[in-house]
Amino acid sequence: MSKKLRVATTSLAGCFGCHMSLLDIDERLFPLLDLIEFDRSPLTDIKHCGPCDIGFIEGGICNAENVHVLYEFRKNCKILIAIGSCAITGGLPAQRNHLDLGSCLTEVYLTEPGLEHGHIPNDPELPLPLDKVHPLHEVVKIDYFIPGCPPSGDAIWKFLTDLIAGKTPELGHGLIEYD
Amino acid sequence: MSDTFQLDGAAVPFEAGQTVMQAALAAGHYIPHLCYHPEFKPHGSCKLCTVKVNGRTAASCTMPAEAGLNVESDIEEMNSLRRTLVQMLFAEGNHFCPSCEKSGNCMLQALGYDLEVRTAGFRHMYPDRPLDASHPDILLDFNRCILCELCVRASSEVDGKNVFGLSGRGITKQLIVNAASGLLKDTDIALKDKAMQVCPVGVILPKRVGFSIPIGKRRYDQRPISAQALDDAPRQADASGSCDVCEGTP
Repeated sequence: MSKKLRVATTSLAGCFGCHMSLLDIDERLFPLLDLIEFDRSPLTDIKHCGPCDIGFIEGGICNAENVHVLYEFRKNCKILIAIGSCAITGGLPAQRNHLDLGSCLTEVYLTEPGLEHGHIPNDPELPLPLDKVHPLHEVVKIDYFIPGCPPSGDAIWKFLTDLIAGKTPELGHGLIEYD
Repeated sequence: MSDTFQLDGAAVPFEAGQTVMQAALAAGHYIPHLCYHPEFKPHGSCKLCTVKVNGRTAASCTMPAEAGLNVESDIEEMNSLRRTLVQMLFAEGNHFCPSCEKSGNCMLQALGYDLEVRTAGFRHMYPDRPLDASHPDILLDFNRCILCELCVRASSEVDGKNVFGLSGRGITKQLIVNAASGLLKDTDIALKDKAMQVCPVGVILPKRVGFSIPIGKRRYDQRPISAQALDDAPRQADASGSCDVCEGTP
């Protein structure tokens, strides 16, 4: 391959577990790095995404900043992949979706037993939480999904190598998992 | 006994009174299914087992077998419809597999794996369905209910208790408990009841035994559901009503 594929990654409302799983491909990172180079990613600390071939997003959308980052990725990435339960279903953060956001904040910051002089954080630098947590595909078009909490390193490796080889990525039994 | 129908090009023998599903499973052919259980009368509600019979779609669990039928099941057209049905079930309830005790032993999840369902695709509905933890030994998590009525059927037909029922219509349809309080603690359900064994998903759970089987050793970690449904098929002939291959026991 003459030119390396540019790959951007980010974690939105996620726990970085899917990034840890990406690192779990272990020594296969070396052959992978012959094929790709990283753009914006927690691994490079590049703050904004340039034009990329593949975008890799873990975590769902729980606040306004998540939406901006997701739009930036969609605008710059030819192929956008949602990785992990949170990106695909909302996951753990979405467990608040059947509750009222106001009462969640009140309970956590104001009325929780043991709290004194609590107040709901209102620093202008904090991104505003959304009323509901959304999976990525409800906000932008997502090209591929790798389920799992997190997907195994093997699943990520299989998916990426299929994709880079120009094949339709397939996981199959043992690699496709929702937990 | 000499009569046969064609299933994906193979001749399948059947006995009078058998459905397409029963004959197929008995002959060692898998047709994906969710609300069908070999020990109970077919329900025909999940539609996962939909096949093409002489060019028209029909639920194979309720379709009577007839000589000469041409049944197509494992074709992309049917599998694509099945994929969509599984996606709709995932979007309609709250199926958060990472925290579910039934994960790895769940038929809905296993069908998702088998059909390579990687996303629910639809907008998730995130319904509000509070748990019923009132019973000392049994937990009900309605978030995962797919309304297959297997517990309803088991409780009334086998246990003779009528603990469960479905109430409401359309999107408001829900599983309810037959007690004035609506709580499971006010019923006579017991851990050994058939209704405790048949839930294909993670609604009816015995307390204090969750996550006892490690990841990798659970039922559908080992082999895909398509390779295991045939193991269950002989249950048909088991008149004792015992079910040693139901959920949770690998």
